[in-house]
Amino acid sequence: MNIPVNTHGALLAPDAAPIKIRLQNLSKSFQTAGGTVVALDDISLDIPTGSFFMIVGPSGCGKTTLLRILAGLEAPTSGAIEISAPAANRPGNSMIFQGDSLFPWMTVFENAAYGLSMRKRPKAEIAETVGHYLSRTGLTQFANAYPHQLSGGMRQRVSIARAFANDPDILLMDEPFSALDEQNKLLLQEELLRIWEETRKTVLFITHSVDEAVTLGDRIMIMTAQPGRTKQIVDVPFERPRDVLELRSRPAYGELVYSIWGQLRDEVQRARALDEEKVRT
Amino acid sequence: MSTIIKANPKAARGGMSSTNKDRLINIISPIILLLLWELLVQTRILDARFFPAPTTIFKTFRQLIADGSLWTNTWASLQRLFWGFLLGGVPALLLGIGMGLNRTLRALVDPLVATTYPIPKSAIFPLILLIFGLGESSKIVMVAIGVFYPVLVNTVTGVLEINKIYLDVGRNFGAGRWQVFRTIAFPGAVPHIMSGVKLGIGMGLILIAIAEMIGAKSGLGYMIWNAWEILSVETMYVGLIVIAFLGFLFSMILNEIEREVIPWKKSR
Repeated sequence: MNIPVNTHGALLAPDAAPIKIRLQNLSKSFQTAGGTVVALDDISLDIPTGSFFMIVGPSGCGKTTLLRILAGLEAPTSGAIEISAPAANRPGNSMIFQGDSLFPWMTVFENAAYGLSMRKRPKAEIAETVGHYLSRTGLTQFANAYPHQLSGGMRQRVSIARAFANDPDILLMDEPFSALDEQNKLLLQEELLRIWEETRKTVLFITHSVDEAVTLGDRIMIMTAQPGRTKQIVDVPFERPRDVLELRSRPAYGELVYSIWGQLRDEVQRARALDEEKVRT
Repeated sequence: MSTIIKANPKAARGGMSSTNKDRLINIISPIILLLLWELLVQTRILDARFFPAPTTIFKTFRQLIADGSLWTNTWASLQRLFWGFLLGGVPALLLGIGMGLNRTLRALVDPLVATTYPIPKSAIFPLILLIFGLGESSKIVMVAIGVFYPVLVNTVTGVLEINKIYLDVGRNFGAGRWQVFRTIAFPGAVPHIMSGVKLGIGMGLILIAIAEMIGAKSGLGYMIWNAWEILSVETMYVGLIVIAFLGFLFSMILNEIEREVIPWKKSR
């Protein structure tokens, strides 16, 4: 079943926050040896300021490409992006990457301070801001450790501290917890929500986990398998601040996860069929 | 039947750290070789005319120290090595990082490196003598050429092997061109750069010996060549041993430097 694509504004309540990011008919294709691959096809989307926006989709649906375009790491093939200007002295966005992205040659502190050092902020300000986020992520005593001495969960906490300490207007998160075990994932989701509550920045969070999307998000965009299109946008009605474990015990939580899964399942199966076809040819 | 795993209290105490153990083993093997050599000459298995015993060589060694010639020659070679190393290594490092980061520069310089690299450096020496004359500069340039290639090639590899994600992080967090160079490309390539420096020093030692045999009146290469002309086999060995020792010393020093500048690999 295909639900009509929501264009921007359709889901916004009249009293909604101002728009932070507006995507209009965004498309991206790549040239590969096998011809042109359409990664993103005609995506239109409004993301209100201060919202926690989730994108779920099967692997290979172009969600990472979408995030990289917003991060300025790739250019769209067609369409327009409008991002409202950040406050003075504040960077537009910071990304929390999938997998290991900490510099192995820098200590935890230097890694977390990277954005601020690149912007040549005063030493005292760096020490204070980084100190704050290291303590919020429970890493204060590891400030002088190197990434290889930390566990995977701790390294991803440093990534979170690095992005928050940079104090960007928008946080872009590319499946930051996908490599972690279930227990660590849960704790980090709680930690992330707690830190986010302090500032309520606009977040764009990519995941393949429906649970994660419903736990963290205000609104969830479900994407189709390649080429990536908007399949449906779902509002998450749960109030904030949220208690992750308590939330998961609610019947409404289970129902929402179930209904999103229903939407996603067709796409995952289609993605699988596409993969199998690729292997055959 | 059941298997019993016995406790091993030694394993917990450990005694010596594995790095210290490595260092001790590093020193032991040359000593064993010297002892074996002495033994073989004393028992006349080795011909003392071609392979004088370490003790005989040591006597000559002391004479050469006493008359000051060994030190003069060693110092001359060391100075040439030092300046040659700077002259070849620093440009190689900068060019290598630039080539690693910039596709166009790499495409431009790669064919030049690929065609000039295989030329035996010793074969260039007559040309170098012609251009730079018999003075110090021709020897320094020889060392520089020897150091340049391994440092360049390894630095380029080092930068290219840096995980792309680090460059993405740099861009996303607003690092400028020079900041990428300083905070990502250089530290990321340091492990490879150190390998290049080690190879470069080895090459420098080879070339300084060759250059001094032909176009110099001082240096270890000159000392060895001169010893051949007057058939002082022991002096030849002293020269060889000093060169070997220098090579050994440099690699020890570089290993220490490596431990210091690559702290993120310290425990490996």
